[in-house]
Amino acid sequence: MNTSVNLCGMDLDNPIIPASGTFGYGYEFADLYDINCLGSFSCKGTTEAPRFGNSAPRIAEGYAGMLNAVGLQNPGIDAVIADELPKLAAVFHKPIVANVCGFSVDEYVRVAQKFDACAQVGWLEVNISCPNVHGGGMGFGTSPESAAAVTKAVKAAVTKPVIVKLTPNVTDIAAIARACEDAGADGLSLINTLLAMRIDPATRRPVLRNITGGLSGSAVFPVALRMVWQVYEAVSIPIIGMGGVSSAEDAIEMLLAGATAVGVGAANLRNPFAARDIIAALPDAMARYGITNLSELTGGAHHG
Amino acid sequence: MKQGIFEVLSNETLLPGLHRLRLRGDCSAVQRPGQFVNVQLDGLFLRRPFSVCGVQGDTLTVVVRRVGRGTERICALRPSDTLDLLTGLGNGFDLSCAGDRPLLLGGGSGVPALYWSCKTLRDAGSRPIAALAFRTAAEAFYLDEFQKLGAQLLVLTEDGSLGARGLAPDALNMVDFTYLYACGPLPMLAELDRRCKTDAQFSLEARMGCGFGACMGCTVETAQGPKRVCRDGPVFHRGEVVW
Repeated sequence: MNTSVNLCGMDLDNPIIPASGTFGYGYEFADLYDINCLGSFSCKGTTEAPRFGNSAPRIAEGYAGMLNAVGLQNPGIDAVIADELPKLAAVFHKPIVANVCGFSVDEYVRVAQKFDACAQVGWLEVNISCPNVHGGGMGFGTSPESAAAVTKAVKAAVTKPVIVKLTPNVTDIAAIARACEDAGADGLSLINTLLAMRIDPATRRPVLRNITGGLSGSAVFPVALRMVWQVYEAVSIPIIGMGGVSSAEDAIEMLLAGATAVGVGAANLRNPFAARDIIAALPDAMARYGITNLSELTGGAHHG
Repeated sequence: MKQGIFEVLSNETLLPGLHRLRLRGDCSAVQRPGQFVNVQLDGLFLRRPFSVCGVQGDTLTVVVRRVGRGTERICALRPSDTLDLLTGLGNGFDLSCAGDRPLLLGGGSGVPALYWSCKTLRDAGSRPIAALAFRTAAEAFYLDEFQKLGAQLLVLTEDGSLGARGLAPDALNMVDFTYLYACGPLPMLAELDRRCKTDAQFSLEARMGCGFGACMGCTVETAQGPKRVCRDGPVFHRGEVVW
């Protein structure tokens, strides 16, 4: 039974990649299990300058899901390279997906260039889809023109594969996916979280201080699956499919919809062993559905 | 941190809406007073964090106030029900700073962590003073338990219906002490930080996502930069937190 897949020219032992923002910089999960079982993982979204993020409360309960409005808290690219990546290198021996954030095209380029020079980084994931910051993040991901502009500028400045992370908070995700492909993207990852909110009936105020946040968790899985399906039909570059994946069966559905690799996000926050457990469950699930080679599954639901 | 399945041994109602649960499972990760457990519940995505009130062998105690959908489910549990717990979360109090007469100060959901701290200090031969603050006499709990530990006990109520009339920080002026350990809401801790004359440790409450340091949902600003209440705390030394 073969669980390996190839993402933009690099082999992964399996398609499972903890999603950015749900796995920190990785090393803290290494206290819980050997994280080398992962295909790879995507590090916390990183900006040029350190960011505290939004005020509390940043977290709210959903239905079969959760809302977050963390707002890209991170120590900044230089501290990530100086402090976080060395700690990770001690416990994880595979290339990582470096999640690149910014508030201007130039910032995306500068952060991407610094990650590009790190031996540990295999792929650059350009996050034009964070719903919780103003003046950046999702602002770049909601029009084909600005998505293409970021993609093109980053692509021209780096050598590693550029994967653009898309937001679901748009009318036509396929058009934005095509614009990124045309601008030179080597791959796409989707979906980021869905813009959402909760109100506390007791206080009559929004639960999140940021008012809105991003919904993730199993509740969004069918939406994510639909978007991966649509984007697969629109482009020919590989897709990291994510959004509510919490079982080996979900991962198989993502592959069938068109994903080459599969992100696991909020599930890690409910069960810190979620990614490991999904990987461990893959062989049984493959046997159940008569699958011998996971990589042959990509887009399988579109044929016939 | 460990993940484990725990069996409910008992669920007692201490007051209307206030329950004490004894849970049996692998408690080996539970090391220090001030640490917490994170409980998974059917039908809710996020786990719910609770301070540990005590641990003995394979049994841990939590005291839960019914305030929302999560605590409602916990308070409805019956003996032999099972729960998925993450245990040994958070740093807990460093009780080696206590000196001879530490003051344990808090109220409400801070009481359980203070109780375990008090027990640990008594077992080590220290003479802690417990100051417990409540809104009113009808909401006071765990007073007998503290008394049984042989700790000096000071009770404050906002309306004066039991003990001294006052708020938690007023206890600072009522006793002499060598060190302060406090649990409670942020504004109370901020005031203690301003008014206390000794060194102190504060255990913070926060709305958490994961409870183990991955999501950055519970971050507070500190003198050393942003820190996670769940992983770097919940206990912070005086002077760390920027209130």
